[in-house]
Amino acid sequence: MPLLGRELIGMSDDRMQAAVDAAEFRIPFKRYLSADGTLADAAPGFASDRSELVRLYEGMLRTRAFDTEAIALQRTGRLGTYASSLGQEAVAIGVAAAMRPEDVLVPSFREHGAQIWRGVRMEELFLYWGGDERGSDFSGPREDFPVCVPVGTQYCHGVGVGLAFSLRHEDRCSVVVGGDGSTSRGDFHEAMNMAGVWKVPAVFVVNNNQWAISVPRAAQTAAQTLAQKAIGAGIPGEQVDGCDVIAVRDAVERALDRGRRGEGATLIECLTYRLSDHTTSDDATRYREDAEVSSHWPEEPTVRLRTLLTEAHGWSRDEEEALRKEINGAVKAASDAYLQIDPQPATAIVDYTYAELPTDLKAVRDQLAER
Amino acid sequence: MAELTLVEAVRSALSKALEEDPAVVVLGEDVGIDGGVFRATDGLWQHFGSGRVLDTPLSEAGIAGISVGLAAQGMKPVAEIQFQGFIHATLDQMANHAARLRNRTRGRLTCPMVLRAPYGGGVHAPEHHSESIEAIFAHIPGLRVVIPSSPQRAYGLLLSAIRDPDPVVFFEPKRIYRAFKEDVALDGEALPLDKAFVLREGQDVSVISWGAVTRDCLEAAEVMAGEGVDAEVLDVATLKPYDAATLMASVRKTGRCVIVHEAPRTAGFGAEIAARVAEEALDGLVAPVRRVTPPDIIPPLPRQEQLYLPSKDDVCTAIREVMAWQ
Repeated sequence: MPLLGRELIGMSDDRMQAAVDAAEFRIPFKRYLSADGTLADAAPGFASDRSELVRLYEGMLRTRAFDTEAIALQRTGRLGTYASSLGQEAVAIGVAAAMRPEDVLVPSFREHGAQIWRGVRMEELFLYWGGDERGSDFSGPREDFPVCVPVGTQYCHGVGVGLAFSLRHEDRCSVVVGGDGSTSRGDFHEAMNMAGVWKVPAVFVVNNNQWAISVPRAAQTAAQTLAQKAIGAGIPGEQVDGCDVIAVRDAVERALDRGRRGEGATLIECLTYRLSDHTTSDDATRYREDAEVSSHWPEEPTVRLRTLLTEAHGWSRDEEEALRKEINGAVKAASDAYLQIDPQPATAIVDYTYAELPTDLKAVRDQLAER
Repeated sequence: MAELTLVEAVRSALSKALEEDPAVVVLGEDVGIDGGVFRATDGLWQHFGSGRVLDTPLSEAGIAGISVGLAAQGMKPVAEIQFQGFIHATLDQMANHAARLRNRTRGRLTCPMVLRAPYGGGVHAPEHHSESIEAIFAHIPGLRVVIPSSPQRAYGLLLSAIRDPDPVVFFEPKRIYRAFKEDVALDGEALPLDKAFVLREGQDVSVISWGAVTRDCLEAAEVMAGEGVDAEVLDVATLKPYDAATLMASVRKTGRCVIVHEAPRTAGFGAEIAARVAEEALDGLVAPVRRVTPPDIIPPLPRQEQLYLPSKDDVCTAIREVMAWQ
């Protein structure tokens, strides 16, 4: 049972001395899979399980193929503004692979991979980004939150969801994902603070891709790490290599275990790099050098895992080709299905404003129905 | 049946809701052991425990934000913001999330939360403690904005607000929290939302108002009765979505419309009602619509507060003005 209320801690008397440290903190950093594909000895158990690694690899490739198709659809006028997750697939897949189906994902707008992994259909995601609310009425994880556009507001939702779980004594956790820019907002701090006070079973994952549209990480905060922002809220914060899907999954799993044990929330900062523009409406060449982008390509998450699979698990060219073929076929089929979906009736613009429509909106609805 | 003040009626409704529905949780700053700064939650923490009545950190945006998360999970959070002057920080969560969660998920996730706050002036409160910003919330589709003006209506409307499947902003007129008592049937009977109340029937002029100032309107109607004017006094009660039909029927009947509110004039909710009268009841009007409101100024600190608030005399003056038209 989490502490709810007033188990207050008294001031201890052993601080009579003048010069002692009032508190001490550390922010660990973890990476198991290096950019060259070498796996550290300390890697978690699942990192030596071939089928698990293939599953993670497949998830990341699927995410990237979805991304590629989404951008192609946008560039040909068949999708709206879209936020790519290029280079950050390990965050989405690491998070989703660590979660249980009954946990609740509270994403920002760059977690397509996690949504797909958890059962949101790709055509539903295309539908949302194509400008149709039904894309957020997805058939998969019905309690997961939809994409969150107002940056950082989602953290508090995750705390509310986690608080509901603990109030009902349910063995579940919420997982919130946000970007580096979101850590400058009050909502982020308010969420962590409340989660700390109530030991809410929530995991906060920050995809630090180094850029908040045009503002680089160094201009976002003077803090040495984003993970240390957890310390002010009294919850643990740690950093992982966000291009190492093994490290991300392991960190989220450990954080989820803490949450389920009633030990409260955790902040995980995943260090990644945004290889794409912010969205399809952005032109990153206005504010960042191509050379910087190129220098980060060798760190991207899929190649290092393929290297590990090839060298340690005999992953073959045929297997690679078959996997890519299957994924491309599935993405193409989803894209085709999306393009076949009939538009909503005009009345849909009013129908979901309230559970029961007020008189004035009923009149509007009647007019729309006659169109 | 009990004789209660408005704030006691609020507490009774909260208690009833906690009792009848295990999904209801009350949360906010100082709502626990302290019972709220106005005592609206007095005794609830002691009776229902810390799993139902939660003292939160000082975190208005957070309170609204976690309420969205709780509500999406099927809980029924009833959150208190200590004073309406501090509610601005919740607007992002209320407008971007609470109000539209149903719409943006086509009904998959919903947000049955209530955000309560004492509002309005007249209690000699410090800076930022006397605002009336109901129109800001009334402009947001997907929200309901409800303001009771008596203990009975506080009890019945708050129960409705809590039972409603959509987010409700519930503003409590603190000037009349303890101004008078009324018999309230504590039977769990709710009052309808989206319904205006006719507080006094009359034939000559419709005086439309909400919140604490409805008391001044009723008193003004009594004064005017002495001058031979039969005023009808209406309490809008639910500002969003509002019951235009009842208001328009009254204006068509009397031919005169005076709107009274404590909020600044421009783009106040009175402007919406006046526009609606112009659209739907103009042919029945014998006098121009009059608004009795403070000017577009910051609420003064207590020493000059009475210069700001509409008074009974201001309402009488406006009624006399519209009665001059025949």
